[in-house]
Amino acid sequence: MIGSAHIKKNFTVPASVDCQWCPGCGNFPILQTIKNVLQEKDLAPQDVTLVSGIGQAAKLPQYIECNYFNGLHGRALPVATGVKIANPSQTVIVTSGDGDVYGEGGNHLIHAIRRNPNITVIVHNNMIYGLTKGQASPTTAEGTVTPTQPYGVIDSPINPIALAISLDAPFVARANAGDPLVAQKIISQAIDHKGFSLVDIFQPCVVFNKINTYQWFKDHTYYMEEDRDVTDRTEAFRHATETDRLPLGIFYAHTRRKTFEESVDFYKTDRQPMYLRGINCAIRNALIASQK
Amino acid sequence: MAHHIVDDLSIVIAGQAGQGIQSVAHLLAHVLKLQGFHVFATAEYMSRVRGGINSTTIRISNEKRDAFRSTIDLFVSLDARSFAFYKHRFTENTMFLGFRDDAFCEDCVMEVNFASIAQSIGGIVYANTVSAGAILGLIGADEKHAREFLRNFFVKKGKEVIAKNQEALSRGFKMGTHFAFSHDVHVAIKAKEAVKDDLFMSGIDAVGFGALAAGVDFCASYPMSPGTGLLTFLAQHSKECRMVVEQATDEIEAVNMALGASYAGARSIVTTSGGGFDLMCESVSLAGMIETPITFHIGQRPGPSTGLPTRTAQEDLDLVLYAGHGEFMRAIFAPGTPLQAYALTAHALDVADKYQIPTFVLTDQYFVDALHKVEKNDFVEQNNAKHIVETSRDYKRYALSENGISDRGVPGFGDGLVRVDSDEHDEDGRITEDTRGLRMRMMDKRLFKRRELLESCMIMPEVSGKKSAKNLVVCWGSTRNTVLEAVENLCDKEYAVVHFTQLFPLDKKKIKKIFAKAGKVIVVENNATGQFANLLKKECDVTADKNILKWNGEPFSVEELIVQIK
Ligand SMILES: Cc1ncc(C[n+]2csc(CCOP(=O)(O)OP(=O)(O)O)c2C)c(N)n1
Ligand code: SF4
Repeated sequence: MIGSAHIKKNFTVPASVDCQWCPGCGNFPILQTIKNVLQEKDLAPQDVTLVSGIGQAAKLPQYIECNYFNGLHGRALPVATGVKIANPSQTVIVTSGDGDVYGEGGNHLIHAIRRNPNITVIVHNNMIYGLTKGQASPTTAEGTVTPTQPYGVIDSPINPIALAISLDAPFVARANAGDPLVAQKIISQAIDHKGFSLVDIFQPCVVFNKINTYQWFKDHTYYMEEDRDVTDRTEAFRHATETDRLPLGIFYAHTRRKTFEESVDFYKTDRQPMYLRGINCAIRNALIASQK
Repeated sequence: MAHHIVDDLSIVIAGQAGQGIQSVAHLLAHVLKLQGFHVFATAEYMSRVRGGINSTTIRISNEKRDAFRSTIDLFVSLDARSFAFYKHRFTENTMFLGFRDDAFCEDCVMEVNFASIAQSIGGIVYANTVSAGAILGLIGADEKHAREFLRNFFVKKGKEVIAKNQEALSRGFKMGTHFAFSHDVHVAIKAKEAVKDDLFMSGIDAVGFGALAAGVDFCASYPMSPGTGLLTFLAQHSKECRMVVEQATDEIEAVNMALGASYAGARSIVTTSGGGFDLMCESVSLAGMIETPITFHIGQRPGPSTGLPTRTAQEDLDLVLYAGHGEFMRAIFAPGTPLQAYALTAHALDVADKYQIPTFVLTDQYFVDALHKVEKNDFVEQNNAKHIVETSRDYKRYALSENGISDRGVPGFGDGLVRVDSDEHDEDGRITEDTRGLRMRMMDKRLFKRRELLESCMIMPEVSGKKSAKNLVVCWGSTRNTVLEAVENLCDKEYAVVHFTQLFPLDKKKIKKIFAKAGKVIVVENNATGQFANLLKKECDVTADKNILKWNGEPFSVEELIVQIK
C-alpha cells in the first residue's frame, strides 16, 4: 500500500510547485542531498515527516514529497518532538535556518537535546537572516555590517557544535552545502543514529551574505580525520572550539543515552502510534470509583 | 449562649502554611461524609510554602450546598496570629476553638493548645490530628470512622504512626466532647445514608477525569498555579492510562509539542494559567491556521502579571477570546460543577478534534481547589472517537468541502501525505499567495463555516427558576452554585439564574430569546470590567442592567450576593 506509483519514491514534488529560492542559493544542494538520503534509505514518503520553522531554509519541506509541518518561527523542535512521541515509527527530520534554530528557538535546542527524541535536526547555517533580508543571525561574525547593525554586529556568535556537545547530544556534525557528497554521508548517518542528531550545514546565501560564500566556506574549512574516536567528548570539544579553519565531519557520536520514546513505559511493549490507541474505560472507571 | 445548629455548619481551620491544615481538612471532609453529611471544602492560601496564614472552609449541611459561605460558625486556630485575617467573617455567634484572642473572641471560646498536647504524645506533627479530633468531638461525630480513616490513611507509614495519630485523635475528641457539654454546643445536622457512597473530588480532578474519559494521549505543560493540578493529575495516572505527560521547559515548548503530537494523531491537552497562556498565544493562532486540534485548560488567577498567584479570578475570558493574531474560530467552555468539568473537558477535547480548532476550558483557583461531593453514577461515558481517517493517494489535508471541515489524516496512516502550513496554503497544504481565490476560500472555511457549525451545536445556558421571571441573574463558570444559593435565599419567584458553560461562540437568536422578556439583567463576574457582560452585549445584543463584580482575588460569598442582587 505504501509507496504507491502516485507518490514518487524519489520524493520529487509536482512541477507545478513554485520554488521560492534565489538561483545559486546554498539551499538547493541541501535539498538534493536530503532527497538522495531518503531515496538511498528506501523510505516511503508516508513514513517521513519534515518539520520546519519559518525562514528561507524552513521552506525546504515544501519541495520534498512527504509529510510536513511548517510551523512557527523558532518552534520546529518541540513540534518534531511531539510528532515523534505520538508516532515513533515516523522518520522525523527538522530542516530550518540558523536564525530559527539557534536564535528564536535557542531555548528549544537546549531542552530538546536534554529530552533526546530520536530526530535529526539539519540547520542551514547561512550566518544571516535570509527571508527578512539580511539582518544578523546568531552565527553572524562580530563586526559584520548589516541593515540593522550599521556599525557592525557586537554580539559574539554562538557555537552550536560546542553547545550540543556540552549537552551530551548523541550525534553532532557539521557539513558544507558546497560539498554535497560528504554532506549526504553525514546526514545519512545522522538519521540512522539513535537519539537527537544535530547537523549544522554551511549554506551560502548568495544574496545577503557576501562574506561567507561557497569559496569562503571552502577556504575556511577542513575535514577531521575519519578514524578519530568520536565518542571522546574532550576531543570533540577541542575540535568544536577551533576557529582558524572550521572543522567538518562528525564531532561527536555515542549511544549512551536513552531516547525520549524509550522512556515511555507503554512503547516498551507496544509500538502502536497514538492515533490507533483507544482508551481503557475500565481503568478510568475504577479510578473514578476510588475517589471516596 | 447555647449553639444549636441544625442544617448548615461552616468551619474554618486556620494556621500557617506547613502546619498541615490541608490534612485536617482532608480528614474532616472524608470522615464527615462517611458519617452521611453533605460536605464542601474550599481552600485559601498565601503564595508561600511556609508561614503566612492559610485556611480551609468546610461546610457541612443536610442539603447539598456547594458554595462559599463567608460567615464562620466555628473558627479553629492552629496559629495565634490567624484571628486578624478572618475578623470580617466572624459574627456574634462564632465559636472559637484553639487559641484565644480577646480582641476578637466574643462569647464562646474553647481554649486549647493543640501543640502542647501533641508534644506530650510525641511531637508537634500530631497537632493537626488533635485539632481534627477536637472538632469531631465538638460536633458529636462518630470517633470510630475517624480512627478507621487514620488507619487507612497512614497504612504505608507503619503501626507506630497510626497508633500515635489515633491517640492524638482520641485526646482531641475527648476535649471536644467536653466542650460541647460545657458550652452547650449541639450540632444536629441530619445524616443521609445515601451520601456515604458518594465520591469526593476536587475541581481539578474532575477536569482530569474528563480528559481521561475523552482518551487524552498527550499532555505537555509548564507548572503555574492554579493550572498545575491537571499536569500533576495526568502525570500520576500516565502509566496506567497509557498517556505521555511531559513537563515542558516553558509554555511555548509545551504548546508546540502538543500541536506536533496532535498533528501526528494524539489527543492533546495543555494546562496553564493566564501568564503562561500569554506565551502560548502565537501557537493558538497556529492551531487555527493549520486546523490542528488542541485543548487548553486555563486555571485563572488575578493579574495583571504575576498578580495574586494563589487567589481566584475570572479575568482571562477576554484573553482566550482574542488570543492569537488573525481571525479564526475557537470554542470556550467554563464549568461550574465537577460534573460539568468532567463532561465539558471531554467535550472540549472532542470539539477540538471534530472541528479541528483550538478549544478552551476556563476554571479558576476557587473551582480547582474546592473539594466537592459527587455521585459516582453521574460520570457517564464520553465521546472519545478521534475523528481521524485513513488517507488515500490523492488526499488533501485542506480539501474544500461543503461544511468547511476537511478529513483529518495523520502521517503514516494510509497512502496519502499530510502537509500543514502556517503560511496561507492551498488544499494540499502548500504555500500560496492567491489573494483572490484560495485566501478567500480558506478564510471562509476556517472562520465563517466553522462559526455556523459551532453555533448550531452550542451548549445552551441552564436556566434555574421560573422562565418568565422578571429578573435574570447571569453567571458563568465557577460562580454557579454561589449565585444559585444566593438567589434561592431571596425567596423571590421573580428572580431566575442563567448559567453559561459555553461562552463562545454564542447563538445570538437562541440567547436573545431567553432574555427577550427580562425586566432586569444582572451579570455576576469575578473580574473588574464585566468581560462576559460585554461579550453578551457584543455577540447577542443583550444589555446588562447591573454588573456585580468582584476582583480582589476572593471568590463571591453567598452572603454578599444576597445583598448585592436584591
Ligand atoms: C515570531 C516571528 N518573528 C519574526 C519573524 C520574521 N522572520 C521570519 S524568518 C526570520 C529569520 C530567518 O532566518 P534564518 O532562520 O536564518 O533562515 P533563512 O531565511 O536565513 O534561511 C525572521 C526574523 C517571524 N516569522 N515570526
Ligand atoms: S535569500 Fe539567501 S538564503 Fe534565501 S533563497 Fe536567496 S540566497 Fe538563499
